[in-house]
Amino acid sequence: MPLLEISSLAVDYRTSRGTVHAVEDVSFSLEKGETLGLAGESGSGKSTLGLSIMRLVPYPGIIAKGRIKIDEKDVLELSDENMRSIRGRKVAYVFQDPMISLNPVKRISAHFTQLIITHEPKTKKEEAYGRARDILKKLGILPERINDYPHQFSGGMRQRIMIGLAIALNPDLVIADEPTTALDVIVQAKILDLLESLRKIYGMALVLISHDVSILLERCDKIIVMYAGHMVEYANSTELYKNPKHPYTQGLLKSIPNIELVDQKLSAIPGSPPNMLHPLKGCHFLPRCAYANEKCSVKEPPLVDMGNNHFVRCFLDEEGANGE
Amino acid sequence: MSENKIKSVLARCIPGLTSLAKKGPSGWMIIVGMVIVLGLVVMTAIGPWISPYNPSASNVGPSIAPPNSQFLMGTNVLGQDMLSRVLCGGSIMLQVAALSVLICFIMGVPIGLFSSYIGGFVDSVFSLVMDALYAFPGLVIAIAIAAMLGPGIINMSLSIAVVYIPTYFRIVRSQVLSIKELAYTEAARATGAKWHTILFRYIFPNVIPSIVVVTTINFADAVLTAAGLTFIGLGVSIDIPDWGLDLTKGRELLASGAWWVITFPGIMIILLALGFTFIGEGLSELQNPKLQR
Amino acid sequence: MGLRVYIITRILLTIPTLLLLLTMVFLIMRVLPGDPVDLHFERKGTPEQIAQMRQILGLDKPLWNQYVDYLWGIADIGYLLRHEYPNLGKSMQVTSQDVGGQIFSVFPATLELAIYSMIIASVIGILLGTVSSKSYNSLRDHLIRGFGTITYAIPVFFLGIVFQLIFGVYLHWLPVSLRINPNVEPPAHVTGLYTFDSIFEGNMVKLVESLKALLLPSLTLGIILSGVFIRLTRTNMLETLRLDFVTAARARGLKESTVTYDYALRNAFLPILTMMGLQFAMLLGGAILTETTFTWPGLGSYIVGRINYRDYTAIQGAVVMFGLFVALVSLVVDVLYAYFDPRIRL
Repeated sequence: MPLLEISSLAVDYRTSRGTVHAVEDVSFSLEKGETLGLAGESGSGKSTLGLSIMRLVPYPGIIAKGRIKIDEKDVLELSDENMRSIRGRKVAYVFQDPMISLNPVKRISAHFTQLIITHEPKTKKEEAYGRARDILKKLGILPERINDYPHQFSGGMRQRIMIGLAIALNPDLVIADEPTTALDVIVQAKILDLLESLRKIYGMALVLISHDVSILLERCDKIIVMYAGHMVEYANSTELYKNPKHPYTQGLLKSIPNIELVDQKLSAIPGSPPNMLHPLKGCHFLPRCAYANEKCSVKEPPLVDMGNNHFVRCFLDEEGANGE
Repeated sequence: MSENKIKSVLARCIPGLTSLAKKGPSGWMIIVGMVIVLGLVVMTAIGPWISPYNPSASNVGPSIAPPNSQFLMGTNVLGQDMLSRVLCGGSIMLQVAALSVLICFIMGVPIGLFSSYIGGFVDSVFSLVMDALYAFPGLVIAIAIAAMLGPGIINMSLSIAVVYIPTYFRIVRSQVLSIKELAYTEAARATGAKWHTILFRYIFPNVIPSIVVVTTINFADAVLTAAGLTFIGLGVSIDIPDWGLDLTKGRELLASGAWWVITFPGIMIILLALGFTFIGEGLSELQNPKLQR
Repeated sequence: MGLRVYIITRILLTIPTLLLLLTMVFLIMRVLPGDPVDLHFERKGTPEQIAQMRQILGLDKPLWNQYVDYLWGIADIGYLLRHEYPNLGKSMQVTSQDVGGQIFSVFPATLELAIYSMIIASVIGILLGTVSSKSYNSLRDHLIRGFGTITYAIPVFFLGIVFQLIFGVYLHWLPVSLRINPNVEPPAHVTGLYTFDSIFEGNMVKLVESLKALLLPSLTLGIILSGVFIRLTRTNMLETLRLDFVTAARARGLKESTVTYDYALRNAFLPILTMMGLQFAMLLGGAILTETTFTWPGLGSYIVGRINYRDYTAIQGAVVMFGLFVALVSLVVDVLYAYFDPRIRL
């Protein structure tokens, strides 16, 4: 039984200028302890997807279709109160920008004790306080600093605290939305290592959202590539790396700079991001695709099962190759 | 001939109005506000012609008569017809408001423009003075000045104007400061444009939207402050029908329960202030896309 | 930096502002066309009367001299300690009376009115503003915003008169003037605020009577002011509710009420507080009109009364008093801000 199972999920933003289909027809599953990477550029829908698992899509967004099952229970059918009790306890979220994710007027200790006591109301304050100190130790932060305010910590340390808050109640699933984007490169690796070590200790599943595909290839079991709200490719990471089938994925992988090559020309995907207010009929990637033909402009391509848990949304010929 | 003129003015307004209406609830607010204000202005202008009685004539009816078929809004203690007084009573308020806004504009905007453009010591001095004035309770300043100058439309307008000049100054200044630093102003300077060209052709047009909003709010405030000054006794001393004056006089009749003497003039003042406020609110909402979804 | 240092710095900064304020008042009262003494006698004064008053008030000295005397008088701590009020000159109407004394005897009434009005306005404003922001674009939101807009357009004295009519004349529930039922003795003077003094005296009857008299005026002023506060709170809350740490709090499964008040409002509160402090000046203007409407014997009624008597030194003194009060409130607000926001201090 998979921990997380998403079927045909669609999320829309109903703005005054029109409806944006931020997430369309997304389906995947995640087992206990697995890591899933969500790759894509800004506006691809990956953050919205992450937030929708927690039912935290902001106004004017709504979850239009589909099912989100955690441990076989569809969270879309839960009452607000039941959903609230799951958040932070069974499923947790790490936000992108640590500079603005903590309450500026609350001490770090209060962040933790409030979290613990909300979900385990019988806990005494001293006990919650003690647990908070233990968590800080695991995060590599001096426990004496527990009574400091967020602004007294650096970005990297604040992100550790965010991660600490996420794992404090030993959740089954942690969703980390671009946890390293706002940090410098050296700190990035440390944060990702921390996530990994905690994951091993607590045995939780991880959804890692990032625009940096190289990070996901390194640290995730499976990867979903998103474009214009659609899943365009879904495979195990080794398979994806060796055998990318979607032109966008191919472009992404090609654009990862190789430090060992001399005189490398950086490769980029031509064209510009899609207009989500006025989406194209047919395949959304068409304007930037080298293999596009007539078929691609008429209908949206279906999700093709390539076997070996590898899915691609593209019109492929019999041998499984892209058009010429 | 005048009919054609009206038609051509309307013809030019209608596309403007329809584009406003398309902009959603903010646009509607502006239209409603303009209708209210225009309606009241027209009503006051033609008041003398459409009033059933002479608003200043006493004893056209019994004293303190409640609204009835003969006197739709009743009469006051002097036997004056309230309906006529309401129809004609906006004149002083409108004149004072218009005059004070004009004075404010003529003084506040240029000082704001020049002070912030020049910068440095001059700007600091002006800002200090304006900030001190701005923080001061407006009505108190208006009272102090009106007390020294005495009654009259011009004096009232001056008192009110002084209170609001700092507001114009600040808004203009904050806009100019932000635009001054923008790249295209530097580019203009680099191509050798003279200071007055930069100020008037580059900076000023961008300041206009905020000024318009401030002006409408200013109108609303001026109306309310004028009413306040009249209530205290610093209004106009001649017996011209005036909504504020009616409120003051009507208060003395409180114990007799004659609600009509104050209610109708009061509602008129509220309507006038609301009209301007709607225009201002609508305009500022349109300019601030953040608040629009 | 520390809170203490901040307070001291802030107090020191108040001095130039105060100086500017006092100068401005002086300029208005002296430099505007119209000689105060002349106007006082309504141009009908005899040369002897005019000269005598001039001499008593020190108006026969050169303008520069008068300015210095004026400033020096206010800053005269010795006078302040002797009389328990500052030196603001002598009343033109009764030249033996000190303006300072008169003002200080009526000021507590205005202070009491201001405090209760502010409380009412804040409570209504913050509550409705928060509720409005939480149900963005709903009917409730629009109704509350409409309420806020309309209250701003109502002349405060009109609302006062309406309340007097309804609650005083028609329903006979509440008194419409004065600070306390004339049959009841005011409580012994400690602060000059009847409600507090009644508590100090332990006298419940006096407390109830003074609250009854306070209710309509402070409700009037409070409702008018609340419109601005509703909008302020709503705008600040809308911005704050969009911030990441609010969503992060929800993501941790905290209760929605906790998220609204402990996360959003606590952070939005400080800017709201500052802006409320700035609105205090508006409150004073409204207080003058409210006092006149309800015959409330405070500084507002005082200044209006003095206008009728053409008592210009008194008017000047009252205006100075208003200015000082505003400067003081703004100082307190800044200090409170520093106290509540640890980031400012460090």
